[in-house]
Amino acid sequence: AEVKDIPGGPAVNQLNLHPPVTKIAEQIYSLHTFMLIICLVIFVAVFGVMFYSILKHRKSLGHKSATFHESTTVEIAWTIVPFLIVIAMALPATKTVVAMKDTSNADITIKATGMQWKWGYDYLKGDGQGISFLSNLATPRTQVGAPGVAPTEARGDNYLIEVDNPVVVPVNKKIRIITTANDVIHAWAIPSFGVQQDAIPGFVRDAWFRAEKIGTYRGQCDKLCGKEHAFMPIVVNVVSEDDYKKWVDGKNKEMAAQADDPNKVWTVDELKQRGEKVYATNCVACHQATGKGVPGAFPALDGSAVVSGPKAAQIQLVLNGKNAMPSWKALSDTELAAVITYTRNNWSNKAQQNIVQPAEVLAARK
Amino acid sequence: MSTTAINPATGHAHDQSDDHAYGHHDHPHGWRRWLYATNHKDIGSLYLWFSFFMFMSGGVMALAIRAELFQPGLQLMQPEFFNQLTTMHGLVMVFGAIMPAFVGYANWMIPLQIGAPDMAFARMNNFSFWLLPVAACLLIGSFLVPGGAVAAGWTLYAPLSTQMGPGMDLAIFAVHIMGASSIMGAINIIVTILNMRAPGMTLMKMPMFCWTWLITAYLLIAVMPVLAGAITMTLTDRHFGTSFFNAAGGGDPVMYQHIFWFFGHPEVYIMILPAFGIISQIIPAFARKQLFGYASMVYATASIAILSFMVWAHHMFTSGMPVTGQLFFMYATMLIAVPTGVKIFNWIATMWRGSMSFETPMLFAIGFIFVFTLGGFTGLILAVTPIDIQVHDTYYVVAHFHYVLVAGSLFALFAGFYYWGPKWTGYMYSEARGKFHFWASLITFNITFFPMHFLGLAGMPRRIADYPAQFTDFNMIASIGALGFGLSQVYFLFAVVLPSIRGGEKAADKPWDGAEGLEWTVPSPAPFHTFEVPPIVK
Amino acid sequence: MSSQHVTAPDYFVPGPSKWPVLTGASLLLTMVGASAWVNDLAWGPYANIAGILCVLVILYNWFGESIAESEGGLYSKRIDISYRWSMSWFIFSEVMFFAAFFGALFYARAITLPWLGDLDHKVLWPDFNAVWGSVGPAGVVESFKTMGPFPIPTINTALLLTSGATLTIAHHALKENKRTQTAIWLFATILLGVTFMGFQVFEYMHAYSELNLKLTSGIYGSTFFMLTGFHGFHVTMGAIMLSVVLYRVLKGHFTPEHHFAFEGAAWYWHFVDVVWLGLYVVVYWL
Ligand code: HEA
Ligand code: HEA
Ligand code: CUA
Ligand SMILES: [Cu+2]
Repeated sequence: AEVKDIPGGPAVNQLNLHPPVTKIAEQIYSLHTFMLIICLVIFVAVFGVMFYSILKHRKSLGHKSATFHESTTVEIAWTIVPFLIVIAMALPATKTVVAMKDTSNADITIKATGMQWKWGYDYLKGDGQGISFLSNLATPRTQVGAPGVAPTEARGDNYLIEVDNPVVVPVNKKIRIITTANDVIHAWAIPSFGVQQDAIPGFVRDAWFRAEKIGTYRGQCDKLCGKEHAFMPIVVNVVSEDDYKKWVDGKNKEMAAQADDPNKVWTVDELKQRGEKVYATNCVACHQATGKGVPGAFPALDGSAVVSGPKAAQIQLVLNGKNAMPSWKALSDTELAAVITYTRNNWSNKAQQNIVQPAEVLAARK
Repeated sequence: MSTTAINPATGHAHDQSDDHAYGHHDHPHGWRRWLYATNHKDIGSLYLWFSFFMFMSGGVMALAIRAELFQPGLQLMQPEFFNQLTTMHGLVMVFGAIMPAFVGYANWMIPLQIGAPDMAFARMNNFSFWLLPVAACLLIGSFLVPGGAVAAGWTLYAPLSTQMGPGMDLAIFAVHIMGASSIMGAINIIVTILNMRAPGMTLMKMPMFCWTWLITAYLLIAVMPVLAGAITMTLTDRHFGTSFFNAAGGGDPVMYQHIFWFFGHPEVYIMILPAFGIISQIIPAFARKQLFGYASMVYATASIAILSFMVWAHHMFTSGMPVTGQLFFMYATMLIAVPTGVKIFNWIATMWRGSMSFETPMLFAIGFIFVFTLGGFTGLILAVTPIDIQVHDTYYVVAHFHYVLVAGSLFALFAGFYYWGPKWTGYMYSEARGKFHFWASLITFNITFFPMHFLGLAGMPRRIADYPAQFTDFNMIASIGALGFGLSQVYFLFAVVLPSIRGGEKAADKPWDGAEGLEWTVPSPAPFHTFEVPPIVK
Repeated sequence: MSSQHVTAPDYFVPGPSKWPVLTGASLLLTMVGASAWVNDLAWGPYANIAGILCVLVILYNWFGESIAESEGGLYSKRIDISYRWSMSWFIFSEVMFFAAFFGALFYARAITLPWLGDLDHKVLWPDFNAVWGSVGPAGVVESFKTMGPFPIPTINTALLLTSGATLTIAHHALKENKRTQTAIWLFATILLGVTFMGFQVFEYMHAYSELNLKLTSGIYGSTFFMLTGFHGFHVTMGAIMLSVVLYRVLKGHFTPEHHFAFEGAAWYWHFVDVVWLGLYVVVYWL
């Protein structure tokens, strides 16, 4: 099937910037057009002269060379004129820069945390405060394929730019995005909004947008962040005020239902079942579904000494990360307990200490 | 053994009988000639062969990248390997191909152009060169260590660099060594130019190529140590528990970016100023008219160099800096268009009312001016902070820098080869094949990199192994172009370079009637030793 | 073998030499060894040290050859000038190397620290108290005490300044062709340098054992040890250069007019002094 344009994402063979849906993006769009036109005019002028000369002043036409080799007047002129042009370009840009940086008086503040390789969102202020979720790539690996393995499923139009949990924001409200990261630098970007902001581990940075059109807008992590850098898209749903309220209510209920009591005691099977899902979303990219890892790059879990050894060490490793292994603090106690229990009882692993309860993870966080 | 020395006072040679081994008449043969070389021409050739080999290696990596990006999905390689290829492609091209190639030109041409018998420090010159294969072994060898080569991008940003395996350490040491090589090479060039010019060759009579290299050499000694510092910090962060780039201990990943780009931006001018120099030699030769605005060319080059220290953060607009910082770096960056413009205008004024002919060097020079300016314009567009924030780290940037690096630096190198090659080999290259190489390169270059502008504007991130399917067509075009461009260079090697070394039409001492300079006063090929008696320049 | 040359050649171009390529090969061994070492491979240290030893042996021969050429009268005035230019620009490149680390210190204190402590960052680090010499926001660094200027750094400043003076006296003595004096003052300079290094080692021990200040002590420890460490390394290099010069003075090399090796080493030593003054102010006082 032919791919189709994605409103709010890239169009097929798109030639220019995305259609803007914020004032800033509009300004960027026209700045770009403005720059393009000036550059084109200079280009035509400069190379008009050059090609005229190339055509006329050739030896094969018998043209004799002149002897002039300097002219202070001309040289000063072509220093000053470009200088003025450059100033003319910088002035409108200055206005936009200042506007882009003004993140004050936001209606809603959302923290976006970049992680290898997904985004975590926390609604910090404004309507929806307290909402918090992770946002993973929704395109299944069966559409991607792998070296030597053809994809088994047809690619959708949103291939690589779709997520399980999009960010939802109300239309016409000033949204401030605070970025940070857990492991390496990522970048939060939505081209239609004219926003791109690095997410730097240990630091917070911010950007803002006020989307003026309801719709779904898509971007991708723009900063090289390791092997799955191509696979951590960003999707923002801009909805009406009413729909936003509904979404907040729904989300709150969902979170309440999902909130796991870290003191609940689970059975091995329950944990394994839950853990398999956690593994599939978070671990499989490196350690593989077979648990065999990638030799030389990502260690195998199947038969691993850590996984069959004392559980405290594994809990620490998963919580804090080590070398290329990121820290997984962002997952809940229950999710961590589940995934650790899963690895200890799966493949050929039969660890002595075969069950980890959420409370143990909670305790290990201290 | 009798050796000749030159008396500075009388300027003529006289014999001394002393068997001490300083004889610059030694002309060793076989492998010793190359391994132990102290002759600037031999060392220049070594540099040129090395860089061409690295260009081919980096090119093969580029072709592998383009092959994976031919269509969406993962077909040929795992993304981690893709990232290794991208990183190594950047490192190999920058440090292995372009920079050494210009040093090779410097070695060959600077002594010939200023009438010196050799470089100031001939043994150190050899050392500078032989450090490069060492670094190349470390770099390329790192593909074989566990975890593979470094995959953090050629910019080696922290803290991704801390996550890398041993390949990163090899890369760090390789860059240290290349840095040492560049610093020694730069010192050698500066001293040669400042201290070994023939009598009468004042600085303001010096050929433009020497001028641009003098300034480039200053850039090198100013910034290569800074890069060494940056990666040393990376090394200690990785292995010795320091916290330079780690917020947990009070450090800052963005600090790495500042230090890196303080090196990195001047670095890109290191790769273009000598190219400007080459173009400034060729245009007058084929326009049969003196270079227009020699003095302003010198000042413009110096201004570019000075400004280049004040613009580095334009690579970091999205890292989040105060608004004053963004504005400062935007203005400073845009200013560079002014002196660069002066250079472009001077070249065109040189051509104006000249008596032009269009042999291959001139074609490449004109191609350079034309395509480099396109890349300059996209640079200027990137300098506009809001636009950069939109397209930073997308293929727009990739398009920009291949326009200035491939169609800039590389085309200038080709132009230089066609221009000076007859002096080196003693034979004329085949004009028809040269022209074919030019047109094939120019066309396939644009097929490869022009569509990348569109991809970038539409938001395709760089350094990704797989992409949304909307980007497919332009990627296919780019990949096909890349193969064509690669084949054009293979053609260059087999159909132009090798034949013109083996034989062909004998080159006259001065094969270009419009050319000027001391290099054309010596025979073609230039004998092993030249200017043992300094020429007098009026 | 020397005085046969009435006039030295204007340009001296040495013949083919095996030293550079051998140095290169040894450096390959050194660097492969270093990479293996930092990755905890057992053979790493051996390879690394073997490589360094090779480099040293080769450099000994290489420099020996140069010295012989110089003593053989092959180095003209013009070559002397070349050496001067090259040494100056080499020192400039060293300045830039230190600039990277001074820059890091400046950035970490003046930009990163207030940033980490500002209101926005309370989201991440609610309890961080942004004062210099802190343990960083994450609580991963053990607490430590910072290093003040008294007494050792001040003593060391005095030592280095004195050594600059003694070196100048030695230089004047050399220009007046007073060999013994030159040797004595040169020796005093080296001794001061060695004492400096002794104190530096003592200071490091004090830092580790009593202040709990380590290389791993966050950004403070990182900048402190890297700056002072690289400086100490340069003092050591300078002292080695001066020792070679002393050896050559004792061998009767150099004339009052012609002694670039001495001057080059002296420039280097003064450069190391100046860097120290920077360190003294920026690292210890501020
Ligand atoms: C040879 C190398 C080279 C050269 C010469 C340049 C030249 C310039 N570059 Fe480029 N640049 C790179 C190599 C180079 N660059 C590389 C490798 C990167 C990416 C690094 C990475 O991230 O991996 C990069 C990235 C880069 C960025 C960051 C993009 C990003 O990552 O988001 C920016 C932003 O300002 C920029 C700007 C410029 C400018 C303004 C010039 C100017 O010097 C151009 C000046 C020239 C002209 C303007 C044309 C001629 C002038 C006239 C005809 C006069 C009249 C014109 C006017 C008045 C408009 N460059
Ligand atoms: C300095 C110069 C330089 C040069 C000359 C090139 C040359 C080329 N580059 Fe380069 N490129 C960079 C510097 C350069 N690049 C840098 C700095 C980066 C950034 C890296 C990073 O992001 O970290 C980059 C990144 C980069 C990317 C982005 C990768 C990514 O983001 O993931 C791409 C993608 O298309 C690309 C393509 C090409 C192509 C097709 C060429 C072509 O010009 C190459 C031409 C091909 C050949 C010369 C091969 C010839 C050989 C054969 C055909 C095989 C024949 C075999 C035998 C004879 C045995 N480059
Ligand atoms: Cu996250 Cu790229
Ligand atoms: Cu730049």
